[in-house]
Amino acid sequence: MSEHEHHHHEEHAQRAPSALELRVRALEARLTEKGYIDPAALDVLVDAYQTKIGPRNGARVVARAWFDPEFRRWLLQDATAAIASLGFAGRQGEHMVAVENTPDVHNMVVCTLCSCYPWSVLGLPPTWYKSAPYRARAVKDPRGVLKEFGVELPPATRIRIWDSTAEVRYLVVPLRPAGTEHLNVGELANLVTRDSMIGTGLPKS
Amino acid sequence: MTYRSHADLGGQDVPGAIVQEPEGEYFHAPWEPRVMALVVATGPTGISNIDMNRSARETLPNYRDLSYYEIWLAALEKLASEKGVLGDTPPRPKQVLRADAVLATIKKGSPASRPASRPARFSVGDHVRTAAVQPEHHTRLPAYARAKVGVIERVHGVHVFPDTNARGLSESPQWLYTVEFAARELWGESAPAPHSIISVDAFEPYLEPA
Repeated sequence: MSEHEHHHHEEHAQRAPSALELRVRALEARLTEKGYIDPAALDVLVDAYQTKIGPRNGARVVARAWFDPEFRRWLLQDATAAIASLGFAGRQGEHMVAVENTPDVHNMVVCTLCSCYPWSVLGLPPTWYKSAPYRARAVKDPRGVLKEFGVELPPATRIRIWDSTAEVRYLVVPLRPAGTEHLNVGELANLVTRDSMIGTGLPKS
Repeated sequence: MTYRSHADLGGQDVPGAIVQEPEGEYFHAPWEPRVMALVVATGPTGISNIDMNRSARETLPNYRDLSYYEIWLAALEKLASEKGVLGDTPPRPKQVLRADAVLATIKKGSPASRPASRPARFSVGDHVRTAAVQPEHHTRLPAYARAKVGVIERVHGVHVFPDTNARGLSESPQWLYTVEFAARELWGESAPAPHSIISVDAFEPYLEPA
C-alpha cells in the first residue's frame, strides 16, 4: 500500500464508524435523552480508568509490603483497610484479600464465571483475563497456563488458585526479588508487574 | 424455561492461546471505553444490579462469540429495553451519576457486605460438600466445583446473595466462605497439576457438612 493509499484508508476509517460504534452511540444518545446518563460523567470515568486507576496502584501496595514488615502484616490480615490507607479504596476493591507467594506456594487469581478483578488496585482487566482460554485452564492446568506466560516454577512449588466467584477480590503479593535490599519503595514498585499481582507473572529482577 | 449460563468455563476444553497484553492497554476499539463507562454510569440508575448484569451477560445465546465489551453492550441493551428505559414512558432513574461525583463514587464503591442476622454455620477447617444440582437461575457455584468435598479456609462475613439478587427478589444476605479443594478432588487422579489447591468463594446455601 502506498503512503497516499494508507493515508486515504485511515481517513476513510475515521469517516465510517463501525456497526458497533453506531450501536454504542445510539444507546448513549437514548440513555442521555431519557435522563439516565450524564455524558460528561462518561468522560470522567474513561479518564479515571485510563490515567488514574491501574496496576501502578497495586505495585505501590506490594512495594510497601516488601519494604515495611508492619504494613505487610496488616495487608495480609486486613487488605481492604491496609490498601485504603494508601488511598486505593473503592469500586471492585470493596472486599480485598492479599495472598502472599512464598518459596513453597505460588498464588494465581482467576474468575471462571465472568471477569471479577480488583479494579481499585489493578485497574481494568487485560483481555486475556476475561478470555475463555484463561478462565477454562487456570483452575485445571495452572502450570500449562504459566508456561504460556513464560513462567516455570520448581516442581515442588504448590500452586494455589483463587477463583473469584463472589465479591471478594484477590491481590497476589509476589516474592521480593533477591538483591533488592538497597531499593526504596518507589524503586521496588517499578519491579512489580501487573501479571505478577495476578500470579501469571513474576516481578522484574 | 431452562436457565443456561454460557459463562461457566472453569475446566472446560477451550481451544486457543492466551494472548498476552502490555500493561496500560485497556481498550482495543474506540467504542470500548464508552461501553465500560455506560455500564458503570448506569449502576446507580436502578436499571439493574451487579448480579442482574452478570445474569443478563451469561445468558446471551452468542456469549462465546462476542468480545467482552460486546457482551457488556448487549447485556446493557437487553436490560435497558426490559426495564422500558428506551421506550416512550421510561421509569424515573433512581439516581444519575454526575460528572463531579464520579471520582467520589468510585472511591466509595458499593460493598456487598451486610449485617449478620444469625451465626455462621461453618468455621475455618470444617469439611463441606457443595451442592450437586445446578439451579434454574443465576448462581455463583461453578459447575466444576459441584458435589465436591472441600475445607473452609476463610469466613468473609455476610454478603448479598447473587442467586436472589439477580432475579430482583431480595438481597437475602448469606454467610460467604472461601472453600479449598484439592486438585484431585476436582479433576481426578489425572489432574494436570495434582498438588495444586483451588478455591471458590461459596455462599452458605451452596454448602452442607461433609
